[in-house]
Amino acid sequence: MHLILFLLFAGFCLAGAINLLLQSHPINSALSLIVVMTSLAVLYLLLGAEFLAAAQIIVYSGAIMVLFTFVVMLLNAGREERTMGSRAARRVGFPAVVAILAVLATVILRSQGFGIAALSDGITSTEDLSRVLFHELLLPFEVTSVLILIAILGAVALARHGHGDPGRDSERTDAK
Amino acid sequence: MNLFTQGVPISWYLLLSAVLFSLGVLGFLIKRNLITVFMSIELMLNAVNLSFVTFAHQWHAVKGQIFVFFVMMVAAAEAAVGLAIIIAVFRARATLAVDRIDLMKL
Amino acid sequence: MTGTLYIWLIPLLPFAGFLLNGILGTRLPKWLVTTVALVAPLASFALVLNAARSIFGIGPAFDSLPYIETCPHPWISIGALHIDFSFVLDQLSLVMLLVITGVGFLIHIYSVGYMGHEEGYARYFSFLNLFLFFMTLLVLAGNALLMFVGWEGVGLASYLLIGFYFKKDSAANAGKKAFIVNRIGDFGFLIGIFLLLTNFGTLTFSEIAAKLTANPAWQGGVLTTIALCLLLGATGKSAQLPLYIWLPDAMEGPTPVSALIHAATMVTAGVYMIARTHVLFDHAPFALDTVAVIGAATALFAATIGLVQNDIKRVLAYSTISQLGYMFLGCGVAAYSAAIFHLVTHAFFKALLFLAAGSVIHAIGGEQDLRKMGGLWRKLPITFWTMTTAVLAIAGFFPFAGFFSKDAILYAAYLQGPAGRALWFVGLVTALLTSFYMFRLWYLTFLGKSRSPEVHPHESPWSMLGPLVILALLSIGGGWIGAGAGLGRFGSYLSLSTGARAAESTNPHLELILSIAAVAVAFAGWFIADLLYRQKPAEPAQLAEALPEAYKLLANKYYVDEFYGATVVKPLLGFSKYVLGWVVDFGILGGLAWLLGGIAMLAGAILQRWQSGNLRSYAAWLAAGAAAVLLFMLLPWPWTSPWPISVQFIWKVMGR
Repeated sequence: MHLILFLLFAGFCLAGAINLLLQSHPINSALSLIVVMTSLAVLYLLLGAEFLAAAQIIVYSGAIMVLFTFVVMLLNAGREERTMGSRAARRVGFPAVVAILAVLATVILRSQGFGIAALSDGITSTEDLSRVLFHELLLPFEVTSVLILIAILGAVALARHGHGDPGRDSERTDAK
Repeated sequence: MNLFTQGVPISWYLLLSAVLFSLGVLGFLIKRNLITVFMSIELMLNAVNLSFVTFAHQWHAVKGQIFVFFVMMVAAAEAAVGLAIIIAVFRARATLAVDRIDLMKL
Repeated sequence: MTGTLYIWLIPLLPFAGFLLNGILGTRLPKWLVTTVALVAPLASFALVLNAARSIFGIGPAFDSLPYIETCPHPWISIGALHIDFSFVLDQLSLVMLLVITGVGFLIHIYSVGYMGHEEGYARYFSFLNLFLFFMTLLVLAGNALLMFVGWEGVGLASYLLIGFYFKKDSAANAGKKAFIVNRIGDFGFLIGIFLLLTNFGTLTFSEIAAKLTANPAWQGGVLTTIALCLLLGATGKSAQLPLYIWLPDAMEGPTPVSALIHAATMVTAGVYMIARTHVLFDHAPFALDTVAVIGAATALFAATIGLVQNDIKRVLAYSTISQLGYMFLGCGVAAYSAAIFHLVTHAFFKALLFLAAGSVIHAIGGEQDLRKMGGLWRKLPITFWTMTTAVLAIAGFFPFAGFFSKDAILYAAYLQGPAGRALWFVGLVTALLTSFYMFRLWYLTFLGKSRSPEVHPHESPWSMLGPLVILALLSIGGGWIGAGAGLGRFGSYLSLSTGARAAESTNPHLELILSIAAVAVAFAGWFIADLLYRQKPAEPAQLAEALPEAYKLLANKYYVDEFYGATVVKPLLGFSKYVLGWVVDFGILGGLAWLLGGIAMLAGAILQRWQSGNLRSYAAWLAAGAAAVLLFMLLPWPWTSPWPISVQFIWKVMGR
C-alpha cells in the first residue's frame, strides 16, 4: 500500500516537474508546480510528517503558488519568446547538472546506512514539533516573524507604483 | 515482494529528491521567462525539503522537520520579495525575457 | 672604587644640547642659545675631569681602570651575537676625552665670538654639540659596533658643518666630497667588523684583546686582512693616502669647525682606532708596516703640497694631513703611546693655528689669501704671539710641545732596523719641510709690509683671544708631561692601555743625537723661509719660474683630484647614467612595471567577457561550481585516502 502510494505520487511529482520544463506558457508551468507540491504533501504524509504536509498545502500550494499565478496574471506574461540563448548555459550548465545528478545518485545508491521507511515507524505529531519549536527554538521562531515583516515591507516598497518606472526623474540618478 | 509489506526504501525518497533538484537546476538554465525561472527555484527548495523530511523520518529527529518549517517560511518571504522585484523589473524593462535583462542599471 | 662616574652623561649632555638648539634654537634668544651650547661641553668636560680626578687619586693609583658602564638593556641579542651599549673608560679613552672636551670647550667659546654675526647661529652650535656627542661616543665605545656608530656620526656632523654655508656651491660640494670619501673608508671598517665577528665571535675590544693575547702564535693571515680593512677606514677618516682628498676641501667650513673637527678631534679618530685595536695590529706585522709606510708617505706628500699653497687654511689643512701621517707612522712602529702623545700636542697647536688663522681672517674682513696679507704683527699682537708659539711648536723646537712628541715618534721609527731608518729619514725631511712652510706662512701673514693696505685690521674680541692664549700656554708647556725617558709620566700612564713598546729608550745617547738632528732641521727650515720670504722676497717667484713643471705639479696638488675624477668619478657617473639609468631604471624596472600593467589589462580583458550580465550563463557557472564542490567532497580521491573528503571531515569533527 505504502509502495503503491509512493509510486503514484512520486510519478505525479516527476511528471509535474518535467511538464514545468516543457511548457512554454508560464501559467501552465505554475499549474504543474502546484501538482508537484501537492504530491509532495502526500509524500510527507507517507513519511509521517502530518503538520508539514498540511503546511505544504496551505503555505506552498495555497499561498505561494497563488502569488505566482497573480503575478503572471498581473504582468500578462505570454508565451516565452525566442531569445538569443546562452552558450555557457548549454556547454557548461548541462554537464554540471548531469554531474550533480550523477554524484548524488551514486552516493545515495552506494550508501549502506539507509533502511526502509515504514509508516509505523513513527508519526511526528504536531505536539512534538511545537514542543521543540517553542522551547529550544523560540528565538529563531520569533526572528522568522521579523523576517516576514521585513519581506512584507520590502515587497511593498519594491512593487509600489512609481518604483522602477522608466523615465521617472526622481528615481533616476543620471549625471546631469 | 517484501517491499509491499514493509515499505519504501529511504534511498528511493532521496533519489526522488535528487532528481527533482536536478530538474530544478535544469529549469533554471533552460527557461527564458523570468517567472518560470523563479518557479524552478521553488522546485529546488521543495526537493531539499523532501530530503530533510526523509532524514528526519530515518533518524527520528524532529529538528529535521522544524528545519523544513523554517525553509517554508523563508521561501514564502523570498517569494514575496522576489515577485515584487520581478514586477519592478517588468515595469522598467517591459520584458520578462531573461536574456534581455542584462544591464545592472534599471 | 665606589660610586659611579656617570660617564654615560658625557655623550648625552651634548646630545641634549644638540636637540635643544636644533629644535628650538631659532626661536630662543641668542644668549640662551649660547648658554645651552656652552653648558653642554662644559658639563662634559667637568665630568671628564671628575673621572680623571677620581681615577688619578693623589698618587699613581692607576690600577682601578678600566672602568666600564654598560646599559642594562641589551642592544643586539640574536643567537650567539650579543652586543651591548657599553662605555669603557681607560687611560686611552680618558686622554682622548680630555682633549676632545677640553679643546672642544675652548673652541665653543671661540665660536661665540667668531660666529656671532652669522645667520644660522643656533644651527651651528647644535651641529657642534652633535659632533661632540658622536666623538665622545666613538671614544668611549667598548665594542666596535658602537664605535662605528660614533664613527659614522662624526662623519655626518662633519658633512653638516663643512656645508654650513650651504648657499655656496663650493661648500655644499665639499661637504658631499667629505662624506663620500669617508664612506669609502667606512666600507673598509665595516668589512673589518664583519671579519672580526666571524673570527672572534664578539666585537668587544677587551674580549678580542684577551683572545689574541691568549694565542700569541696566531699571526698574519686573516688578522692581516682585518687590520688592513680597519686601516682603510682609518685612512678615510684621518685623511691619509689615498683618501685624504676631502680634507683640503673641508676648509670651506667655518674656521672653528676646521680647528675642532679637522685638526684636533675627528681626524684623529683613525689614530685612536688603531691604538684601541693595537693588539690586533701587533699580531699582523704586515698591516703594521703598511700603516707606517702610509703614514710616512702621506706626511712627506702633504708637506710638499703645502709648500706652495696660497690659502692660509689650505696650508694648515695639508699640515694637518702631514702631522696625521706622523701619528700613523708612530702607530706603525708600534709606538702607540708616542702616537697618542703627538695626537694630544697636535691638538693643542693645530687648533691654535686654525683659531689664530680665523682671528686673522676675521680681522682683515674675510681675506684668506696669503699673498694679500702681511704686516699684521703690530695690529694683531695677541694673535701674532699666540700663533708664533704654535708655529714654533709644530716645527719642533725645544721646549715646545711638538718637540717631545715628534721626537718620540722619530726615535721609535729609527729603532726599527734599516726600514725604520728610512722612515726616520722621511720623517726628518718632512720636519724640514714642515718648518719651512709654517714659517713661510708666518712671514707672509704677519711680517713685512702689508700687501693690501686698504684693509684696517682690528684685534678680535676676548671671546676669541681667550682660547688662543690658553692653547698657547698648552702648546708651550703641554709637552712636558711626556718628557723624560719613555715618554715620562704620560707614557707610563698610557701604556697601561696601549701596551708598553718593547725596546723603550735603551739608548739615551741615540735619542739625544736624534733630537738635536730634529731641532737642527727645524732651524734649517726657518732659515730657508727667512731667506726666501724676508730677505729676498722676489726669490720665490723666480724659483717658481725656474722650475715651472715642478711648481705646477705641487700647486695643483699632484693632480690627484683630477686623477680620481677621471678614473673613479667619471666612470661611476657614466655607469649610473647609462647602465643604471637607462638599462636598469628604464629598461628593467620600467619594463617590469609595464609588464605588470599589461598583465593586469590582459587579465581584465579576458575576465571581462565573463561579466556578460547574462543570467543564464551566471547560473550555468554557479551550477558548475556547485557540481565541482560536490565532486570534490563526495568522491574518494585516490591520492588522498580511500574516503571522500566529506567523510574525512566528519570523522575529524567527531574526533576519530
